[in-house]
Amino acid sequence: MAKSNKPIVWGPFAAGGTLTAFLTPALVLLTLLAALGHAPDLLAYERLHALASHWFAKLVAAGIVFLSLWSAAHRLRITAYDLGVRADTLVATVLYAATLACTGAAIYYLLKI
Amino acid sequence: MSRKPYERAITSEWIFRHPRYVRYMVREFSCLFIGGWTLLMVWGLKQLSEGPAAWAAFLELLKSPASIAFHLLTLAFAAYHSVTWFNLTPKALPLQVGEEFVPDWVIAGAHYAGWAVLSSIILALAI
Amino acid sequence: MRQVELEVLRYNPETDREPHFQRYSVDCQEEWVVLDALNHVKETLDPTLSYRWSCHMAVCGSCGMMVNGEPKLACKAFLRDYQGVIRVEPLRHFPVERDLVTVIDDFIAKLASVKPYLIPRDKAPQASEYRQTPAQLKRYKQFTLCINCMLCYAACPEYGLIPKYLGPAAIALAHRWNRDSRDGGRDARQEEIAATEGAWECSFVGACSEVCPEHVDPAGAIQQVKIESTVDWYQEHLMPWLKK
Repeated sequence: MAKSNKPIVWGPFAAGGTLTAFLTPALVLLTLLAALGHAPDLLAYERLHALASHWFAKLVAAGIVFLSLWSAAHRLRITAYDLGVRADTLVATVLYAATLACTGAAIYYLLKI
Repeated sequence: MSRKPYERAITSEWIFRHPRYVRYMVREFSCLFIGGWTLLMVWGLKQLSEGPAAWAAFLELLKSPASIAFHLLTLAFAAYHSVTWFNLTPKALPLQVGEEFVPDWVIAGAHYAGWAVLSSIILALAI
Repeated sequence: MRQVELEVLRYNPETDREPHFQRYSVDCQEEWVVLDALNHVKETLDPTLSYRWSCHMAVCGSCGMMVNGEPKLACKAFLRDYQGVIRVEPLRHFPVERDLVTVIDDFIAKLASVKPYLIPRDKAPQASEYRQTPAQLKRYKQFTLCINCMLCYAACPEYGLIPKYLGPAAIALAHRWNRDSRDGGRDARQEEIAATEGAWECSFVGACSEVCPEHVDPAGAIQQVKIESTVDWYQEHLMPWLKK
């Protein structure tokens, strides 16, 4: 058997899993506060727009979006197989392509800001 | 004597055969919420890029009951992902110092501490 | 003394089209294990019952079977830990040869494929023995404890879903040799364990490590293989000029 190229997809998965483990709960708490009507200061248009205008913030945001979506997509791929969906190549292609597309969209919006 | 080995069929009911498999599936399903929330944030980026009115509409969208419910679930699933991830890290990255290995609780504990510090900083800066 | 109800899977390849359960009522001593109950059945009730066992002390790995749906060594499953009817079945994810005896060819082949033996790194040492510090020994010692009982294969849902998967014990044993300072065979083993059917089919359910009677932690071994293989891959593809 030859060595697999799985590391291409597993590397970003592991990075994204680690990133979301450290970051996502706090960020979800922020938007939850907004959902409950107590939007944090950072989510006021002027402040958030100013922050997002900075090139470094856009870079970081794009990175967070990509890694978060990629690790979710990879996990969903595995879960599909666990649940009996045998068409792994198709599922993988669809999920990773969707991830790249959504990341592309995020970058497009970030560049517009 | 003739051999005729019998192959027992595999069905999806393996998930419910023991609590550990259910816990595994719950952990895996966290991806739907973390991924879904991230997509919601991408939508927010779109609204942010279209000006104050669009952003205000996004904040209103967040306040819907469906959004609140989704956020509560996402918070729970995201926390579960974090806990399971930090607890499993020592198994994947064992650290041998001298002869002994650093105990699992130290490695996991360092992650929890980092998580607490980082989250505090984010909340302090944002609120 | 205690009367125990055993529900045991029976399968005779010469007469049965498929397996069925058979009930036995056994008078057992309080301190008995499931294996003792099976031996009592075979000796006094039904000599046709077939199963593997040997050491009766959890070191040989022969008596793996499903006890109430959990992979256990029959010699380590104490009757006092069970209430009601005890269901005994052959180890899951392996074909049933006869009664509680499984066909283990797949595991044996996979174990052999990872070259679970010393492939010396250097020429034979000047003196008659290899030298190894306590730290070097401790680096791989945990993974040497595997008794090839295959409980981990029965517990692993991915092995059940993906028959080609190398499986926990084989990968853990490859890892044991890779971490041995005397060994130089990692490149050869990587061809097997870093292949798609190797560590990459694992999704870190962790069931294997939970059921392992020797606390080998194959799940940990597999994740370590994944990380090492990933570092290798990115090094090879992004910085090929770097000598390994």
